[in-house]
Amino acid sequence: MTLVFLLLAAITILGFGAAMSLRNPVHCVVGLTLGLLGLAALYLQLGAQFVGLTQVLVYVGAVAILIIFAIMMTRSSESAEDQTYSHSWRAGVVLALAVFAVLGWAVHFGSTSIPAQNVMPELPVQTIGDALLHRFVLPLEIIAVLLTAALIGAGVLALQDPVPETRGPR
Amino acid sequence: MIVLSPSNIERIDQIFVLTKHWLMGYVPAVAQPLTSAILSVLPVLIAFPAIFAVTTLLERKGLGRIQNRYGPNRTGPWGVLQPMADGVKSLTKEDIVPATADRWVHFFAPVVMVIAAFLAYSVLPIGRNMVVVNLSSGVLFFFAIGALVEVAIFMAGWSSRSKYSLLGAMRAIAQMVSYETPLVLAGLVAVMATGSLSTVSIVEAQAQYSHYLPNWFVFTPWGFAGFVLFMIAATAESNRSPFDLPEGESEIIAGYFIEYSGFKFALFFLAEYLGMFATSGIAITLFLGGWSAPFSFLTWVPSYLWFFLKLLAITCGFIWIRGTLPRLRMDQLMHFAWKFMLPMTLLNIFAAAAWKFFPVGILRWLGCAVFLAVAFVLLTRGLKKRGDVSVRQYRFAD
Amino acid sequence: MTPLSSYLLLSAFLFCIGLAGALSRRSAILVLIGIEIMLNAANLNFIAFWRFGPAPSAITGVMFTIFSIAVAAAEAAVGLSIILAVYRRARTTDLESREATRS
Repeated sequence: MTLVFLLLAAITILGFGAAMSLRNPVHCVVGLTLGLLGLAALYLQLGAQFVGLTQVLVYVGAVAILIIFAIMMTRSSESAEDQTYSHSWRAGVVLALAVFAVLGWAVHFGSTSIPAQNVMPELPVQTIGDALLHRFVLPLEIIAVLLTAALIGAGVLALQDPVPETRGPR
Repeated sequence: MIVLSPSNIERIDQIFVLTKHWLMGYVPAVAQPLTSAILSVLPVLIAFPAIFAVTTLLERKGLGRIQNRYGPNRTGPWGVLQPMADGVKSLTKEDIVPATADRWVHFFAPVVMVIAAFLAYSVLPIGRNMVVVNLSSGVLFFFAIGALVEVAIFMAGWSSRSKYSLLGAMRAIAQMVSYETPLVLAGLVAVMATGSLSTVSIVEAQAQYSHYLPNWFVFTPWGFAGFVLFMIAATAESNRSPFDLPEGESEIIAGYFIEYSGFKFALFFLAEYLGMFATSGIAITLFLGGWSAPFSFLTWVPSYLWFFLKLLAITCGFIWIRGTLPRLRMDQLMHFAWKFMLPMTLLNIFAAAAWKFFPVGILRWLGCAVFLAVAFVLLTRGLKKRGDVSVRQYRFAD
Repeated sequence: MTPLSSYLLLSAFLFCIGLAGALSRRSAILVLIGIEIMLNAANLNFIAFWRFGPAPSAITGVMFTIFSIAVAAAEAAVGLSIILAVYRRARTTDLESREATRS
């Protein structure tokens, strides 16, 4: 457990914990950004350079900004919410703790069978490009169709009814 | 007088690298990694804020002359002490935080922005063997850091709890997000031509000479179009005129940093100019050949001098454009990004791919140039409105 | 040398933070943030297994993560536009208000 890993894990847990527990939605988004940056640093530490930088570019640069715009447009930050949490929040926390217990048990009892690899694997970007166009060309094309469908769908859903052409007296 | 023998030329060219190695010889082995990192980063931290100080003066004098007036000329001869005066002013001004502002977010916004602006310099090759860290996906790192700036702008605009600042922040983020795609796609052609995302490889691919002319990408049709599109998108990303509606003084009174004063405002100013230099640096790396000399008989000039000369030229270009063109309105800005820049960059990628497949010769020059020219003319003619004067329809969120 | 189990435990903990938030927050946008946190925790799991697994040269973990990031971005966009459309009718993003769940 190196110091770098502990530091990055602390930053990530702090960020995501803040994202889920703070009152003001904009503070939550700032916490989310911090957690995403911590995760990107963890990817870089694990040697996946391309994924870490893509995570910053896509998640921080696009998804976080999208959530910010949605909060601004729905004015969630201005409405005085009487309760931040739903009335069944205790059940949610208990369920999450139970899931963590199960996952922790699985990690503890299952990880001894994996041999330790001490050599950082080489991952040049050419390998990813090769894989995208040879082994993973079908998922690539499907992702392209999915992103186009999401783009068109999000646009159609968010577009309001067109303003009527003539504004006569009501 | 220094004899210009080849070894002396190389020593002057590599003087910073050799200085660093010499200094590292005095450091014990246990502190080597940390000292190496500090010694690599320190020149960037010193040089670029110094260039920022000079550029503020250059901009004010240059804009003044374009607008037929003197710039600042009271502090020192020709106003050369003006940056110092500005620095003292911004450090000693009272730091006002609005009473209803969100304190922590308000405090951290300029910090995050300056950090993101400085981080972008770590992949710029300023000279031969002079890059802070040679990432194998350096170009991607640069664009990812650019995305961080948007979050900082939103933090600044929202935490001030002021209508002007929030509106300015929303406009700024919308503009930066819209121009990020053309920026990345315009820079992608250089990556395609080199076959690598590493900035050092891209510069080294352009540092070859054919008949004493350099192999810079800007001298190819797709490279020239890519360079122009990249510079337009870079102007929009740095919120500079003519894309400075989010912070125009006559429109929205400084937009998202309206509630900042004193040192925090200076930090925002610094971050904006540093972002401009970093984007110019990446344009130099991708299209203008980085640190390579324009003619093969000029390679005796040190490589970092060429980088800074090109940076000076691009900065003067920025100042010239700022003094000349009027500001774009928000909807004009967005139309320009999505309806012109995005299709043009995609067609540019197509032209660059065709370049690789044609055999070397005059045919591919003509083919790519004609294709790009026809596409440009068709796009601009097709997008021009026919002069319809109907009532403008506004679309709001609710 | 950080063992694999540390990364897996961290990933499990982040997943449960996201799950707890998604189950106990009132605002629809914050539930969506919780879902994004869960997806990110799963991505960390993939990268950790790629790094410490038997065959890192077959970059399956990395490729899966790249596709997962793309899908999560698309899902965030569509989810947020649905929330905007519901907001236009109900004037609130509160999941427990009567207007949001009205038919």
